[in-house]
Amino acid sequence: MPERIDLTVGEWRRVSPKYVLVVIASTVITGLLLSGASVFLWLVGGWAFGWVALAVVVIISIVALIIAPRRARSIGYRLRDDDLLFRRGIMFQRFVSVPYGRMQLIDINRGPVSRMLGLADLKFVTAAASTGVMVPGLPEPEAAELRDRLVELAESRLAGL
Amino acid sequence: MTRPDGRAPAGPPLTRAERAAERYTDGEWHRLHPATPLLRGGIVFIAIFGFVLSNLRERLIGFFVGTPQYAGDPLDAIYDHGWEGWALLGVAVILLLCFGAFYLSWRMHSFRITGDAVEVRSGILFRTQRKARLDRIQGINLVRPVLARIFGAAKLDVSVAGHDANVQLAYLGSSLADGLRGDVLRLASGVRAAEAEAAAEQSSAAPGEVSGQAASRTAVVGDLVGRRVNEFLAPELDPNAAPPESVVKIPPLRLLGSLLLSGFTVFVVIVVAVLIWGATSGAMWLLIVVLPGLIGSASFYINRFTKSLRYSIAGTADGVRVGFGLLSTSNETLPPGRIHAVEVLQPLLWRPFGWWQIRIDTAGHSREKGAAGQPNTTMLPVGDATDVSRVLSLVLPGFVTEEHREVIEAGMVSRGRDLFTGSPRRAAWIRPLSWQRTGYRLVDDAILLRRGLIWRSLAIVPLARLQSLELQQGPLDAALALAEARFHTVSGPVRPRLAAIDAPNGVRLFEEVSARAVAAADADRSHRWGRIAPDEPRTAPAASRTSVDAPIPLDAPRTEES
Repeated sequence: MPERIDLTVGEWRRVSPKYVLVVIASTVITGLLLSGASVFLWLVGGWAFGWVALAVVVIISIVALIIAPRRARSIGYRLRDDDLLFRRGIMFQRFVSVPYGRMQLIDINRGPVSRMLGLADLKFVTAAASTGVMVPGLPEPEAAELRDRLVELAESRLAGL
Repeated sequence: MTRPDGRAPAGPPLTRAERAAERYTDGEWHRLHPATPLLRGGIVFIAIFGFVLSNLRERLIGFFVGTPQYAGDPLDAIYDHGWEGWALLGVAVILLLCFGAFYLSWRMHSFRITGDAVEVRSGILFRTQRKARLDRIQGINLVRPVLARIFGAAKLDVSVAGHDANVQLAYLGSSLADGLRGDVLRLASGVRAAEAEAAAEQSSAAPGEVSGQAASRTAVVGDLVGRRVNEFLAPELDPNAAPPESVVKIPPLRLLGSLLLSGFTVFVVIVVAVLIWGATSGAMWLLIVVLPGLIGSASFYINRFTKSLRYSIAGTADGVRVGFGLLSTSNETLPPGRIHAVEVLQPLLWRPFGWWQIRIDTAGHSREKGAAGQPNTTMLPVGDATDVSRVLSLVLPGFVTEEHREVIEAGMVSRGRDLFTGSPRRAAWIRPLSWQRTGYRLVDDAILLRRGLIWRSLAIVPLARLQSLELQQGPLDAALALAEARFHTVSGPVRPRLAAIDAPNGVRLFEEVSARAVAAADADRSHRWGRIAPDEPRTAPAASRTSVDAPIPLDAPRTEES
C-alpha cells in the first residue's frame, strides 16, 4: 500500500514558473559539458567505452529534462505562525520545518541564468549544518520581501542556540 | 563595569581560590602569569635545549674527560681565531632579544572579565582582541599541560558557539584559574545585582577568615615544593566542588576491558589473522606492509588508556564538569542547556558486560582535545547502567528524573513493542533486524529515538535545542508507506534520525515536534541559568542535589562550593 507523506497545511507557496527554465538551462549545460567530455575521451583519448558514457549522459539529461517541470513544481514553502515549512522532491520527498527563532542567516544568491530571468535563490542557515533549506527561483522583489519579513520574524523570536 | 556581585544569599563563603580570583573580575585589564611565554613556547625551548645539548655532547665529554679534538667544528674555529668574546656577546644579545620579546609579549597580552564578556588582547605587531559574551558561553575548559602543571599554571579556555571560537586565558596560576572559572560561570549564570547586598554582608563577615589565610600563607610559602607536589597529585576534581553522589568514576580495569573490546580490536584481530595467513602461505611482504601499522595500534591503546584514565564526571551548580587525563589534565564545565543532543550506545561486544557509552553534541568546542584526542564529546567513555543514569541526570537535569526512568530504560535495553511508538512489520524490509526496536517517543520537551539491535543506541534531543526538523521519503519508503525523520542539531557525533517509521505516524510526529520545539525554545531560559524569575519560588538545591536521580534545578540559586 504505497503511501506518500503529505502535510495538511493548506496551499503551498510555489516558486516562479520561470524557474523551470533555470533548471532546463542548467541541465542542458551540464549535459553538453559531460557529453563533450565523453566524446573527447572516446574519439581523441581513445577510450573504448566513451560511447557508453555518452549514451548514459544523454539518457540522464533527457530524463532530467522531462521531469524538470515536475521537479520545479514540487518545490514549495509556507510561512506558518512560528516556523517556515519547506518541501521539495518527487521521488525523494523532503519536508523541513525551521522555527523562525533558529535562523542565523539568510542568503540571497543569483546565478547567471536566474539573473536574466529576474529570479533569486533564498538560503536559510541555522546552527545545524544539515538544515540545508534553499528556496530557489523566487522573483527578485518577492525574494527581498521574504528575506526582510523572515529577518523581522527571526529577530522577534530570537532564541539562544 | 560592575564588580562580581553575584552571590547566592545564603551560600557559604567563597573558597580561597575564588577570593584570589575576585580581583580579576573587576572589569579592568589584567596580565597573565609571568611565565606565560615560556610555557607557551615550552616545548620549543626544551627542543632547542635538547638540540644544543646533544650537539655539544662530545664536547662536554671532551671537556671533562679529554678526548681527541675534531677539526672543522665552528666552535673550534671560534676558539682558534680568538673570537670568544664576540661569540659570547652574540649569544648574550640573542638571549636579551628573546627575553625582551617575551617581556613585551607578556606586557601586551592581557585579559579582562566584565559583567557581560570575557576579553583577551594580545600580539606585539599584529594586535588581536577577542571577546566572548558571557551568556553565550558554551563551556569552560581548565587545561593543565604537563609542563604548565609542574610550574603550577593552567589555562582557561572559554568556548562560545562556532568553529575555533574560543577565548583562551593562557596561562594563569593554577588556583587562580580555578577561581576565575567559578567567577566567570557565576557571572554568566546571571546571578547578580539583586544579590549585591548579600555579597556585601558576606564580605563584612569575612575578615576572620582573611587573617587565617594570611597566617597560612607563610606556611604555604615555606612549603612551595610540597604544594606543587600536592597540586600535581591532587584529584582531578575538587571533592568539595560537587556532591559525591553525583560523581562518576571509571575503574581502570573496565576502561582497559572496554578498549580491548572496541571495534578497533576487531580490526586489529582481522589484520593479525591476515598476517598469519600471509606468513603461512608465503606472502611475507604482507608482514613488511602491515607490521608498522600494528605497532602503531599499540600506541593508540596506550594513548587512549592514559588519556581516559582518571576520568570523572560530576554535577556542580554551574553544570556538568568533566575531567580526565593522567599527565596533562583537562577539566571542562558545560553550563546547563549547552548540550544539544545525547546518545547512549552499546556496541555488541560490550553487551555481556552491560557497558554503555554516552556521547553528546555541543555548539562550542574547546580547542583542547578530549580523551584520546577526540573532541570533548564523549561524556562517559564506558560505564554500567547506574553510571549511565547518573550521567544522564547530569547532562539532562530537567528531563532525566525518576518518572522518566522507565522510558529511558526501555529506550536502552528493550527489544521493542512497548512505551515507544514502534515501526510496522513492513519496516523489516528496510531494517530486517532492528525494525522491532526502532521507535520514538516524545516525553515532555525531549524526543527519544531508539534504534539498533546489534549496535544499540538511544538518542535524546531536548526540543529547546532543536534547530530544525526534516521528514523524508524515498521511493522505497513510499512503496512501504514509511518515512524517515531527521532532527537537525549542531554538528557532533550524535546524528539524531530515525528511519523506517510509519508514514502517517511520521507526519504526526513532524507536526507535533515542530510545534513543541517552538514552545520549548520560547520557554527555555538556560542561557542565564542562575537568574531566577521573580515569581518562582526559591528551592534549596543542596537538598535536592543529594539524591543522584533528582535533577539539578536549572533555576536554583547557586551555592558556593566551600
